[in-house]
Amino acid sequence: MKKLIAALLLIALLLPAAALADGVVNVYNWFDYIDESVLEQFEEETGIHVNYMNFTTNEDMLVMVEANPGAIDVVFPSEYCVQRLLNKGLLMELDFSRIPNFSQIAANLLDPSYDPGNAHSVPYMWGTLGILYNKELVDEADVSTWGVLWNEKYKGQVLMMDSIRDGMGLALKYLGYSMNSTDYTQLRAATDLLIQQKTSGMVKSYGLDEFKDKMVAGEAALAVVYSGDAQYAIDLDEEGRLAYAIPEEGSNIWVDCAVIPAAARNVDNAYAFIDFLCRPDVARKNVEEIWYCSVNTGAIELLGEEYASLYVLNPSEDIRARLEYYNDLDATWLTVYNTLWQEVKQAN
Amino acid sequence: MQFNSSMPWWSYLLMGAGLLAFIALVAQSIWRHRGVHRSLFASPYTLWMIVFTVLPVVLIAYYAFTDSAGGFTLDNFRAFWDSNHLMREQLRSAAGDEVAATVVRGSVNIDTLVYSLWMAFLCTAICLLLGYPAALFMADRQMKLGATIVVLFIIPMWMNFLLRTIAWMSLLEDTGLINQLLEAMGLGKRQLLYNQGAVLLGMIYNFLPFMVFPIYTSLSKLDPRLSEAAADLGCNSWRTLYKVIMPLSIPGVISGITMVFMPSVTTFFIPRVLGGGHTQMFGDLIEAKFLTEGNWNVGSALSLVMMLLILISLSILRKADPNGEGGGIA
Amino acid sequence: MTKVLKRIYLGLILIFLYMPIAVLIVQSFNAGKSRAKWEGVSLHWYIDLFNNTAIMNALWVTLSVALLATIVSTVIGTLAAIGIHSMRKRPQAMMMTLTNLPNTMPDIVTGISLMLLFIFTQVDRGYVTMLLAHITFDTPYVILSVLPKLKQMNKHTYEAALDLGATPRYALLHVLIPECKQGIVTGALLAFTLSLDDFTVSYFTTSPLVQNLSTLIYSATKLGITPIYYALSALMFVVLLLLLLAVNRRTQEN
Repeated sequence: MKKLIAALLLIALLLPAAALADGVVNVYNWFDYIDESVLEQFEEETGIHVNYMNFTTNEDMLVMVEANPGAIDVVFPSEYCVQRLLNKGLLMELDFSRIPNFSQIAANLLDPSYDPGNAHSVPYMWGTLGILYNKELVDEADVSTWGVLWNEKYKGQVLMMDSIRDGMGLALKYLGYSMNSTDYTQLRAATDLLIQQKTSGMVKSYGLDEFKDKMVAGEAALAVVYSGDAQYAIDLDEEGRLAYAIPEEGSNIWVDCAVIPAAARNVDNAYAFIDFLCRPDVARKNVEEIWYCSVNTGAIELLGEEYASLYVLNPSEDIRARLEYYNDLDATWLTVYNTLWQEVKQAN
Repeated sequence: MQFNSSMPWWSYLLMGAGLLAFIALVAQSIWRHRGVHRSLFASPYTLWMIVFTVLPVVLIAYYAFTDSAGGFTLDNFRAFWDSNHLMREQLRSAAGDEVAATVVRGSVNIDTLVYSLWMAFLCTAICLLLGYPAALFMADRQMKLGATIVVLFIIPMWMNFLLRTIAWMSLLEDTGLINQLLEAMGLGKRQLLYNQGAVLLGMIYNFLPFMVFPIYTSLSKLDPRLSEAAADLGCNSWRTLYKVIMPLSIPGVISGITMVFMPSVTTFFIPRVLGGGHTQMFGDLIEAKFLTEGNWNVGSALSLVMMLLILISLSILRKADPNGEGGGIA
Repeated sequence: MTKVLKRIYLGLILIFLYMPIAVLIVQSFNAGKSRAKWEGVSLHWYIDLFNNTAIMNALWVTLSVALLATIVSTVIGTLAAIGIHSMRKRPQAMMMTLTNLPNTMPDIVTGISLMLLFIFTQVDRGYVTMLLAHITFDTPYVILSVLPKLKQMNKHTYEAALDLGATPRYALLHVLIPECKQGIVTGALLAFTLSLDDFTVSYFTTSPLVQNLSTLIYSATKLGITPIYYALSALMFVVLLLLLLAVNRRTQEN
């Protein structure tokens, strides 16, 4: 009798998880990166329940995806992380017949170096890395170079990204090197530059997306941000003091993609979700919510003049030519970047 | 087996009830046996602790002494001493000996550790200075404060610790409340946030109650007749405090120091929010090793060093209070 | 005179402790989104709060984990305290070392070591692993609250009960447990509080799919936190305050 009770209890323990696994798609996206009404619309149209979860850095996301195989059905890594997941064999090869709306993706984002033929990834949003500045405090001519972040005029007024690739990358660019440098001398020089910037008191704080609010509040003069956040801050700033610039040395172009982990448990639903996001009307809603650069030609058409007039989201061909993707680094160079960045963070 | 939040809340309760019933079943079968010795009552706990405390610590030790391929190595500890060690080794194969030779010893880990210890020391000392008088006055029977004051000290601890810290950020910002007050008083704005002082403030704020409670507990246990007797024998109130009350409250002080020092050494989050990421503490470093860099081996070595350091300092503290009578919050 | 000074000192400390909380509560009524600007009184963050599924889910997770962990750790811990109390000196000392071990481990090490355990045994991290972790750090506190009560008790009461013909079970339920009831309640309250406030251990032992309030707030802080979280904490604060007042009232009546 007692054994029976125990067995029943054990079943009760396991049952809910098994019974509810159907009709669900587990989506792991960046924080604040979708129009939430889109999720409701998807649930209404398909009857599939969306578990929507957020991350704030690519590194956090990678650890979670690796450590919880099968827990996630759709995830949105940036391009260099697509490459890393791919190299680790963690991504599913996509069947494009199940994503008819893939045809909407802009041609210049197709067949990228990080995932040849887009075999595993569907672009979701793209953007650039640049400088958000307060026109009342910063001379417009100064922001034509990354050197503005070392300019004594703005001492204690700079918000720097607490992100390894972006932090190292902009210093490398300022020195005229590639953001993907694998030359120790170049990396050493970039590190020393960043340490000098820190110890000389240029930086007000190291952080991430909270910068947009700080810039609107007038807490600092300059911030290193992604284009989408810049657009958000510019819209929010009623007094029109904020502007965005990509320094002439060049910068980073990034693409956040939707991918399906190889271990995903709800593959059909994952395809349905990705295709849904590629539908022009849905893609338009998402762009209108977050104001990042759209990958979707149909959505851009629907958005019309309002979108086309935004200089932050539409860098000129001249600037675009000077942007580069981040390559995924192998273990050796990852160690080097990590170690050097720790040195920057510890410097005083 | 996967559990995720797609489950309705009642399924959580169901699972919990199942778990609980299972444990109750075990417990019941223990005491149904008439002759069973009571010490066996501790067996579920012993089992639990072996699986969820001893085993995990063993795992940390395992990772600390192995490399990524699983072979025995002391490299992770060398990496603790020389934070550039792994990078140098990697560069040797990727860029040649010449480049590797230019890499000097990195002191990131040691510096962070020293800095954390220093900050924890400052935090503990200030908490003691602020907290001892507070505990003394709270325990003062003439003040007739009763239990209310204790409750008043507990309530702030119920606010989420992250939110309490963020609240300080909004107080200290350039456009924050304190600066607005300063400006209104004609004193001008000051940079209050993003420096060591702000980090220290955040730590003291979060840990002060842990200093006050143990001291209060040990003081309120004192027999009031002791100080009366001291007064009868000609001690003034300062002398009574110094000669009678303070020595008797040592166990509480020790317990308070432990409870403040330990969490402050490994503080993380506070330096990031209030310190603007300018400095990091050992907790941030360990977190970065595991979550940002994904280097569990070095991360484990750092954790092990941390644990050892705390064990040593605790055993030194215990020497001052051999009976371990310092009251906790309970 | 000194009495006034003492009161002023305590008052200042309390102001220090309550100032940030007051700020949170005031900000929760701010109509605008920015911390810097006051844009009038509004309740819309409270309305948003109840419509926010992520926060409501996290609230459920937090409360149910705290409740379950408290119940389980109180049962295990009380039994263990009774067991440890009746042990001989050597095993007792060993058990006490084991019990004190988690207290001497920094939270971050506890969290990481459990994370390693779950990854090593290939258990998906989520609700259950978080619950297991909470039980693990709660139980020693229950033991440490119950043990002193057992020590205070007259050693011979239990044996006398047995001599008078009580079964061990009867003696346990009617002699031992009532004697340490106060310790059990204190331990349970302590466990609940610790579980409610925990961030570090939860952060490492759950997956992003199952978030409690602390881990949710943590991810929100990386992006600039909205007053919706202030509203949440103001509400929790008021509820806990009322709860505490009710408990205080009852104990005073008794």
